[in-house]
Parts: sequence; structure tokens; C-alpha cells
Amino acid sequence: MTLFAALRVVTTGNLVHAALWLIATLFGIAVTFAILNASFLAVVQVVVYIGAISILFIFAVMLTRKEMRDRGPQMNRNWWFGALLAAITFVGLVLLLYGWNGVSKTASVYPSDFDAVGALGNALISPDAYVLPFEVASVLLVAALIGAVYVAFNPRSGDSSK
Amino acid sequence: MDFLKDPLKVAADWLLGILAGWGMPDLWAQVLIGFLGVFILISLLMVLDILLVWIERKVVSRFQSRIGPNRVGPFGLIQPFADIIKLLIKEDITPAGADRVVYNLAPILSMASVLILWAVMPLAPSILGVDLNVGVLYIIAAGAIGTLSIIMAGWSSNNKYSLIGAFREVAVMLSFEIPMLTVMLIPTIFAGSMGVAAITQAQDVWFFFIAPLAAVIFLIAAIAELGRAPFDMGEAESELVSGYNIEYSGMKFGMFYAGELLHAFTFGGFWAIMFFGGYRFFGLEQVSAFLAIAVIFFKALVGYWIIMWVRYTLLRIRIDHMLAFNWKFLTPVAFVLLMVTAFMNALLTDTLRIESGSVLYVAIMFLSNVLVAWISLETARAYSRRARERVEGPKIAEAGRS
Repeated sequence: MTLFAALRVVTTGNLVHAALWLIATLFGIAVTFAILNASFLAVVQVVVYIGAISILFIFAVMLTRKEMRDRGPQMNRNWWFGALLAAITFVGLVLLLYGWNGVSKTASVYPSDFDAVGALGNALISPDAYVLPFEVASVLLVAALIGAVYVAFNPRSGDSSK
Repeated sequence: MDFLKDPLKVAADWLLGILAGWGMPDLWAQVLIGFLGVFILISLLMVLDILLVWIERKVVSRFQSRIGPNRVGPFGLIQPFADIIKLLIKEDITPAGADRVVYNLAPILSMASVLILWAVMPLAPSILGVDLNVGVLYIIAAGAIGTLSIIMAGWSSNNKYSLIGAFREVAVMLSFEIPMLTVMLIPTIFAGSMGVAAITQAQDVWFFFIAPLAAVIFLIAAIAELGRAPFDMGEAESELVSGYNIEYSGMKFGMFYAGELLHAFTFGGFWAIMFFGGYRFFGLEQVSAFLAIAVIFFKALVGYWIIMWVRYTLLRIRIDHMLAFNWKFLTPVAFVLLMVTAFMNALLTDTLRIESGSVLYVAIMFLSNVLVAWISLETARAYSRRARERVEGPKIAEAGRS
């Protein structure tokens, strides 16, 4: 179902429909996370990807188009080449994955009092785990935020809404 | 008295026995009983929804010094049923040029995003849909799906007012998710887990007394999430003629409307769970599961009444004021409160070894919340005084304010 939705993202004729199919794809990925017993990641996927990023896509599509209807052919003339590249990449990834011995393991089932979320939290802030990438990612996000505000800031309308 | 304490397990075992006696394989029987449980819960919620329509109309009429529906049945109790029948027999209009699939999907998703919240609401110590250990995040995720349904409704109606209403409503909902999530982390800190059942179990002292400002911020953010006044940009009747609801008629509108009321009741329930002890009431919930359900429903109704009280008392806020209120006041206060709460909690329990249920702990945390609230209100007041001075001139600001 996820793959079908992903296919419809690139083959549908209407841009907003493409965004909605993307939401279906992301939801399928969240379901995959949940099947693999990563419940925190599944819920965060829904909150961040579907609840924020997809809605941002939809806003961007709706607010920046001069005309809402899509015109012209849906694919350009070289679509067969794109499909070929995608198929080759898929086969390559599958071959690569089969060389890894984890591909046939089932998802690990934790004992019921295993605090998965707590373990994730500890890993993110513990000095000998991942605290440095975590802080660097935070700095990157702050930089992106400041950049976005600066780009969108209009000095004339800066404080007209007090 | 096993049935009184754990009615669902008793009923499920009995049904399983019957189905196994008929020769059904065990897995199918489990799946069927699961479906049956979900079906019964949703049916009960829908009936509750109908009663909520009656409650809403009676309460709004009392706030406005009138009586409300009183013709159809005793105290107007049959009024909502009459409403449902009317909505069902209305003509189902799809506007020309509307995107059919998305148009029809939007009210379904809107109602679904409310119903899936009930999977994590603990009604009794033994009645809980799914004991997710990320229950708090799940609530936000369900809100995200609700936000999506509003955009779908606004865009697919092929109507500019509908689109503007949907954009404003979604902007408000997305903005107020941040203080809501931040404040929901405070019961998480106290309980040590994001699971809703764990939060309820940890409330020997109601979290309202340990973190009152958090309860207030959660209420404000929840009212904004629901899209109710004073934040109802989605259906600002005097500005946008019903916003994203414009083109919906009949039962689809009924889905949006009833979904909004049920959403309000659900958030009354979550307010009760996070800050008022959920189904706990001095040990009453140990006696019987039905008493626990009654306790949480009573608390949810009180929360719902407060939400209605706010709705019918305050005026609608302008959209840019709404967003400024969120980003410039509510979010910083929520972050500061989170840091102060985490710091004080660690200080009191680890360093000073004050036990986390004692009167001293409660008093100190309560005072720290009051301090944060007072400082933030004073900052806001000073800021607004400066802004007023800039606009009106210094002498007016000196003369009137202190």
C-alpha cells in the first residue's frame, strides 16, 4: 500500500493530490515503524512528517501558484528513463540488503517493562552516546529558523501588528 | 465481584467461551471480540455525542439568559435526535468544481481523528484501549490528522472563503500544538513516563496542585486546538460565514459539528487525566470499574463546561493577535515553565530529598508556578505599556497605568 501510494505521488495529475498521496505514503512508513516495535518513531513520524511537513507542502502548493489547475502533460518524454533508473536502484538496494544478515530477523520484542523511550532519551543526551550530533542538529535547526525569518521578514510590516 | 472490577475481561472471556464452543478458531475469536469492543465503544461515543449537542445548547442558552430547546420532549431532550433526523434527510450537495474524493473524505477524517483519541483514554484501571507508552505524543498525532482534514475540507470546497478559513484555522492549530506539547511534558516529568495510564497512576496528589500554570496553559492551548472561541478562526461566523464548513450540508456538516463537540469533551477528559487525577477519586476507583468511569466522565464534563464557559464569555481574537499571543507569550512561558519545573523537581527530590507527595513539595512547586506566572504577566504588561506609549504618547501611559 505504501509503494502504491508512492507510485501515485509521481503519476497523479493534480499537485494537491500528489501531496495527499505523499501523506498516505508517510502514514504507511509510520505503520512500518510500528510493526517493527518502534512505537515512539511511528508516532513522531505522524506528528512531524504528516502533521507539519506535509501540511507545509500543501500550504506552499496552495499559496504560491498563480492558477490552481494543472495543465500540460503529466510526464515529460523521458519518463521511461526515470523508471529504468528507479528499477535499477531498487534491484541494487535489494541485492545490497540481502548481503546483510539482519534482513531475515524478526523485530525484537522487548520485555514489557523495557523503557524504550527512556533508552532513546538517555542515548540522545548521554556524553558517550549521541549528545554531540543532537546538539549540532539543534544548532542547524536554529540556523534554519533564523534564516527563514530573515528571508521572509518585511521591514515595513515588521511591527504593525502590535 | 470480579465483574464490577474488570467488566471487559469478564465479558470477553465469556464471549470467547461461547465462540470456542461453536468451534471458532481462537485467533478469529480474538479478532472478532476486538472488533466488537471497538464497535461498542464508538457506538457509545456517538450516543454521548448526541447528548453533548443537547448539553451545549442548554448551557449556551443559560449563559445567554434564555431557556434553549424546550419544546421537543421534556427539557428538550429529544431535540438532538430531531436534529440528526433533519441532517440525515437533507440534500447532499457537492459544489460544482469540488474535488469529490477529498471533499467526501474530509469529514470522515475529522471524525476519525477524534475517535482514535479514545484508544488511549483510560476510563478505569482495567479499561484502556491500548496502553501505549507514548500516549502523550499520540494525542498530538491525532491532532495532526485533524489539522489535515481541515485543509482537505477547505481546499476541496472550491471556495475562496472556505480556503481562507481553513488556512487560518490550520495556522492556529499548528501554532498552539507547541505550547500544548511542552506543557504535556510536565505531567510526563512527574510521572516518569509518557503513557497515559502511568500519568493517572502517579497522581496521588493531583498535578493541578503541583503545576497549576501548566493546567491553565494546557487549557488555553486545547481550546485553540479545538478551534473553539475565542480562537474559532475556522468558523468565524461574522467574518467568514462558516469558514471551511461553508459548502458542507447534511450529515457531512453533522460530522464536523458533532466531531467538534466530541473533541471538546475528549480534551476535557484529557485535561482531567493530565492534571486532575483522571479516574482517581480518593480510592473510589478500586471499588468498581463503573465508578471509575463515572468519575472520569464527571471530571470530563466539568472540563467541558469550563471550555463552554470560556467560549460563550469571551470575544473572538483577531488572527494576528492570536498568533502573536502564541509565539510571543504562550510558547516562551511554556518553555520557561518546563525548565523551572524540571529543575525544581530534580532539586527537591534528588538534592533536598523532599518526598514528592508531601505538603512541602506541593507548596514549593505551587509557589514556583505562581512566580513564573507573575513574572510572565508583568513582562507582558511592561511590553504592552511600552507599545502603548509608542502609539499614544507618554503622558497617557503615565496617567492611566500603574
